[in-house]
Amino acid sequence: MKTIKLDALVIGGGAGGMAVAVELTKSGCETILVEREESTGGVLNQCIHNGFGLHVFEEELTGPEYADRFRHQITEQAINIHSNQFVLRVDPDKREVITVGREGLTCYKPTALIMTTGARERPFSNLRIPGTRPAGIYTAGVAQRFVNLQNYLPGKRAFVLGSGDIGLIMSRRMTLEGMEVAGVAELMPHSGGLARNIVQCLDDYDIPLMLSTSVVEVRGRERLESITIMDFTPDIKPIPGTERDIDVDTLILSVGLLPQNELVEDFTQLDPVNKGLRVDSHQRTTHPWIFAAGNNVTVYDLVDFVTLEGIEAAKSAARMIKGEDLNCRKIPVERGQNVGAITPLEVCLDELPFKFYIRPTKNINKAKVSIGPGVANTVKLGAKPSEMIDIKITPKMKEKIRELDLNEIKVSIEEV
Amino acid sequence: MGEKQSVVVIGAGVVGSLIARELMKYNFSVTLIEREEDAGWGVTKANSAIIHGGYDDPPGTVRGEFAARGNELFTQYSEELGFEMKRIGSYVLAFSEEELPHLKELEERAEENGVPNCEIHGKDEILKRNPNVNPEVKAGFWCPTAGITEPWMVAIAGVENAVLNGMVFKPGETVTDIETVEGEGGTAIKGVRTDKGFYECDIVINAAGLYADKIAEMAGADCPELHPRKGEYILLDKKIGPVVTNVLFPVPTKVSKGVLVLPTVDGGILMGPTAEDLERDRKEDTATTADGLREVVQKTSDMVVDLPISETVKTFAGLRPESPQKDFTIGTTSVWGFVNAAAMRSPGLTAAPAIARHICTRVLAEDLNVPLKENPDFNPKLDPYPSLPEDDPSVWAEMVEKDERYGNVVCVCNKVTEAQVIEAIRRGARTIDGIKFRTRASFGRCQGGFCLPKLAQILADELNIPLNEVKQRSGETKLLTGRVRK
Repeated sequence: MKTIKLDALVIGGGAGGMAVAVELTKSGCETILVEREESTGGVLNQCIHNGFGLHVFEEELTGPEYADRFRHQITEQAINIHSNQFVLRVDPDKREVITVGREGLTCYKPTALIMTTGARERPFSNLRIPGTRPAGIYTAGVAQRFVNLQNYLPGKRAFVLGSGDIGLIMSRRMTLEGMEVAGVAELMPHSGGLARNIVQCLDDYDIPLMLSTSVVEVRGRERLESITIMDFTPDIKPIPGTERDIDVDTLILSVGLLPQNELVEDFTQLDPVNKGLRVDSHQRTTHPWIFAAGNNVTVYDLVDFVTLEGIEAAKSAARMIKGEDLNCRKIPVERGQNVGAITPLEVCLDELPFKFYIRPTKNINKAKVSIGPGVANTVKLGAKPSEMIDIKITPKMKEKIRELDLNEIKVSIEEV
Repeated sequence: MGEKQSVVVIGAGVVGSLIARELMKYNFSVTLIEREEDAGWGVTKANSAIIHGGYDDPPGTVRGEFAARGNELFTQYSEELGFEMKRIGSYVLAFSEEELPHLKELEERAEENGVPNCEIHGKDEILKRNPNVNPEVKAGFWCPTAGITEPWMVAIAGVENAVLNGMVFKPGETVTDIETVEGEGGTAIKGVRTDKGFYECDIVINAAGLYADKIAEMAGADCPELHPRKGEYILLDKKIGPVVTNVLFPVPTKVSKGVLVLPTVDGGILMGPTAEDLERDRKEDTATTADGLREVVQKTSDMVVDLPISETVKTFAGLRPESPQKDFTIGTTSVWGFVNAAAMRSPGLTAAPAIARHICTRVLAEDLNVPLKENPDFNPKLDPYPSLPEDDPSVWAEMVEKDERYGNVVCVCNKVTEAQVIEAIRRGARTIDGIKFRTRASFGRCQGGFCLPKLAQILADELNIPLNEVKQRSGETKLLTGRVRK
């Protein structure tokens, strides 16, 4: 087996991994990025719609364009990308990673490991919706790949379950390609996708969005023939008598992304709400060798956030590689009211700024985001679960935490 | 060679496949007809996948006669045919004082049925092996010879081995008629007609699962009426670990063996089945139901605590053929040459190897007086499907050395490589499910979210068909309907 000693190994070449690799290389660290697919870019490659890059590049790019910006930097800086490499094992004790590719096995021995393995789609069968198991039921990502990369249509008349962004995007895409989209159902009383996607992907094409509605049965022995949908109360109880059938041959699922951490979850901690790796404000996991950024930490709304977190992870990893001691006092973060996913979950009490990304659990017209008690308060209009709130924590605020001698930092979103 | 009797076996489930293979050990010319596009896709596909100990079938029943012997034969069959089988042992768990006498009864019955090494274990022993069992457990009846397997692989491997030995396999053909002739000795078989052709033969083995009664009717032969009994299941992700290491049964009811919890061969946790008797005309109703799935969760949670239902990778329902006498129907009929291997309720999978032997050495040789001449060329061995152990990189290195396509991982959840997918297609997979059941690709936690488009493309390339001709399984199950506008 070929063995490679190096400063940093990045696993996963999507948006997060590319940003990490570029940033690490800029800092002078010898870096290799391993990617299981043929090329880098991850899911960006099949996201041919625009809307990426508003924060990072201050312009609207398509997914492939966004990925290209980073590929360009990767080429310029001659960063080593080892593609078609599947990670078989991460050994936290020997601090080595074994991959397999067509040319055989490789053992990487990096000083720092950065996990940017992203998320996967929650599959239909995980929902335990009763009925048959016909052809014609796909996650939105699979349908997107079939349509955008392989140029085939999944069916003729579709229904979309879940209002995640990719489901909304695919509703529009399928409509434009001549399919009929009968509607989008969302179990929650609020959309899972961005407001701009509701307008641009559903409203513009007269596709109904049915909130507090879900699919409760699927039928069809061979191909999907019909589904039953039903209304739910805001606290997710089915309302008997509201069942109605819709004839469709295709059901597209956009019911959430699940962070993928199978490689490291036996020796790192996951957060049950984020469903991803617990990281501190250095983007370091609970294992000191391993950093993480992107959708394997928590599922972000915008690829821009993934890129920015990747850059933070790379900065911290670079400091560790150069022998700096990252250890300092850490204050745990506690979820207060109306806070769902939040990262990081520990604040390192050094001088470095960082950002909290916070997902509200419900729609709040005028929300006060409080970090503290007594560290920072921000008012946010129109807070909603589909849009993360990012709050910058400055060195000054850290000073305040020290002054107040807090032993936990509570983050909450109050209605005002 | 003109002396060869010709046999048509109807149904490539685990019973039909093993019978067909057994026939190849002798001087028969055999055709196996299956309506699905692959072996093992009917009753065989969706059951608890258990090799039962054989302790609980009432002495004197046909199933009692075959279960214990079938269990014994599974070791040899698994070695010859290369499918996985693990003798992980089973418990019948008692949760109250009232249930304890039942365990005693099982112990006595095991003795009568000749099932070795069974004993009653106390709470500590049970919890040591299965930490998540409800601590209220009082005692358990332990049967160490019980095991688990992948039933469809038993059928697939049986068919593949039989084909290597000269059997003709006809998947995707539906039997439409059994033609008979009237002779001096009564009615005899002329041949089997399908939607695609006619197969002249002397003997028909009816292993048609849920439809065995219909097939018998076509021949004018006797067979008990069969109705489907639905069993619903929930499969949990292997990532939750070995919370259960043995097959766990509750104390059985009069209707069924109860709702079980057990590990699967590849490390997942299977919960089920329910037992719902359906009308005779619902032999295609494999839909899961809200009530059924709820029952699975509720009943298993009485027995095993903290099963993480959120880690569900699949729910499914299977149908088992049930007859009024609740027993197998095996043997000759009023039509000479028409042999039933029917009404294979539980423990049909376990009994299958023993039934296959019985059909040859007893039913054909003795009851029908067909002389059995051994086939000296019969090769019982089938190369196992290549597998790559998750925890042993050295095996991977060796395999990639041999064929670089072992270095291309297609299914990331179950770590299945391009080489394995191509091997599956080369050995008979014609659909996504064909690949899935042979390799476990798309069988894992993402259920094809990453690999489905890749599997479809490999299948299209290997079969040399356009992508939109690729099917999930039999029937109108094409994945895609048309092209994106140019």
